[in-house]
Amino acid sequence: MTLGTWLALFVTLVVAAEAVRGLRHRGLHNERWRRFFRQRTTSWGLGILTFLVIVALAAPLIAPFDPNKQLDIIHLTNHPPSWTFLLGTDVLSRDLWSRVVYGARVSLGIGALGALMAVSLGTLVGALAGYYQRWVDAVLMRGVDVGLALPRIFILLMAVALWDGLPFPALVIVIGLTSWFGTSRLVRAEVLSLRQRDFVVAARALGADSGRVIFRHVLPNAAAPIIVSAALGVGNVLLLEASLSFLGIGIKPPEASWGNMIADGAPSIYTAPWSTLFPGLAISLVVMSLNAVADGVRDALDPREERA
Amino acid sequence: MTPSALPSPPVLLRVRNLKTYFVTEHGTGTARAVDDVSFDLYPGETLGIVGESGCGKTVTSLSILRLVPEPPGHVLPGSLIEFEGRNLLALSAPELRAVRGNQIAMIFQEPMTSLNPVFTVGDQIAEAAIIHQHLSRGAARARAIAMLRLVGIPDPDERVDHYPHQLSGGMRQRVMIAMALVCHPKVLIADEPTTALDVTIQAQILELLDRLQHELGMAVLLITHDLGVVAGHADRVVVMYAGRVVETAPTDALFARPTHPYTEGLLAAVPRIDAPRARLHAIPGQVPAATAWPPGCRFHPRCPYAWEKCAAQEPPLLETGTPGHTARCWLVTEPERKVSKR
Repeated sequence: MTLGTWLALFVTLVVAAEAVRGLRHRGLHNERWRRFFRQRTTSWGLGILTFLVIVALAAPLIAPFDPNKQLDIIHLTNHPPSWTFLLGTDVLSRDLWSRVVYGARVSLGIGALGALMAVSLGTLVGALAGYYQRWVDAVLMRGVDVGLALPRIFILLMAVALWDGLPFPALVIVIGLTSWFGTSRLVRAEVLSLRQRDFVVAARALGADSGRVIFRHVLPNAAAPIIVSAALGVGNVLLLEASLSFLGIGIKPPEASWGNMIADGAPSIYTAPWSTLFPGLAISLVVMSLNAVADGVRDALDPREERA
Repeated sequence: MTPSALPSPPVLLRVRNLKTYFVTEHGTGTARAVDDVSFDLYPGETLGIVGESGCGKTVTSLSILRLVPEPPGHVLPGSLIEFEGRNLLALSAPELRAVRGNQIAMIFQEPMTSLNPVFTVGDQIAEAAIIHQHLSRGAARARAIAMLRLVGIPDPDERVDHYPHQLSGGMRQRVMIAMALVCHPKVLIADEPTTALDVTIQAQILELLDRLQHELGMAVLLITHDLGVVAGHADRVVVMYAGRVVETAPTDALFARPTHPYTEGLLAAVPRIDAPRARLHAIPGQVPAATAWPPGCRFHPRCPYAWEKCAAQEPPLLETGTPGHTARCWLVTEPERKVSKR
């Protein structure tokens, strides 16, 4: 680690902390922000996510080494964490800190885009099935049953066979298209109960059409489970990407993702636990932070959760 | 004023032979919740529909705007709900939406659950105006504030941004009324508008409805189980029992000369402040299940005057002699049979 990278890291930390502090400050005036920050963990989660996003964006400044370069295959394999190699090196003598930093770009990107796609699709399908019921429900939910019954890895292997080495966008699409089944079930169940509620009947009595009823009256009331499922979804996508990488069909080496770093480090887990520990820690950190932030968003969206 | 006494008042809402049935869960039978109901609503009047729980009042009101959940419910062909000459049952979905909230609006029994918890009351009041009149955001907000003022909510400029949970039950019912009236509908269907409220608030809400009806010149279909509410606020009354209209009369005539034994029983069950204190009268038994209405007159198992004919043959709605007063009871033709067996 050079002075420059330390400085960049420090600046990143300060920026992230300042950003959270600034937003918290808004909570003094704004009702929604105040509810968002009601729990302390939300601030931490938001701070950690902000930090990781800036790290991913500013990777060249923060990473001291080329993440894919084998520094010294004779003397520096599985070097434990030190001041030079903050998180140690892996079996191919690559700097783990640099790889975690660059891997954040890939992993956060796949996680965010994949989960966004999965949750949007799941919400749409679930809402349609739950609202229209009858044959729409039957057709969509049997489709979901098929999707849940097929091992996802088979679908993904099929996609790999078709694409021959998945480029990043294709990987996101494939993950997104195969991760929405659970969400759609959840949303459907929620919509089934919400559509019976008096205020939905009242909205129809006012002349609202189905689109308006679904998107304005039903789904906002189902926001809590949708958001929680999105937060969990990011974690699942990260882990899925890891298992795909493990099978060699995810991100192509030598490019780093947290998933394939765990896969690469797995054989030497006893001799060099740091090579799996740190990318694993990064994934856990993202998932936990997301859950904390998701709780905050849920509170912010729900005006009933008022406290005096 | 009895509309039937006028030369030929134009009917605003004509309901004829309305039948709304529900297919029960296990296919064990069909619940005939509303079974051949007919009545007319004239411009500017208040028509009360009374009856105890399970007699089909609410399903009748939901059927008018086609809000009965389908399945399991369905309105049978042959039913007619004519509003200003158009059969609402034959309208396409967009045509129907143009009527809902615009020409015919509805307020519901439970102000606690009939408002969307995640939107401000201003948003919800403005909704119908945005849907039907395509108001801009600013204009819609101004309209919402004006409506809040109209329904007598203090500090409307502030209340417009409040969420439903920040308001009391009475306030919420006022908001519901504001929502329903924002497009100045010609018909307001009020389904038990005060049942969930305590008596003082109840009186305020009914007074408000009376005032707004007068100001906006709309007709009100007031659905209630409370004869006191009907006595004070309705021009005419339709009494329902077991999915049928059993008596219809101008309010004064109904209270002066209740003809159907069911109406009589309902009136006797109202506690009176000017009568000696005694045990309240109750109609024996319960409303039978809608899947198995009794043969003949549907009230005969509970009727103190019933005789063989009642179990064998259901009477039609018979003219009592008073204009606009009809009752579905054989006693109209055979009054000498009125001898209580209990």
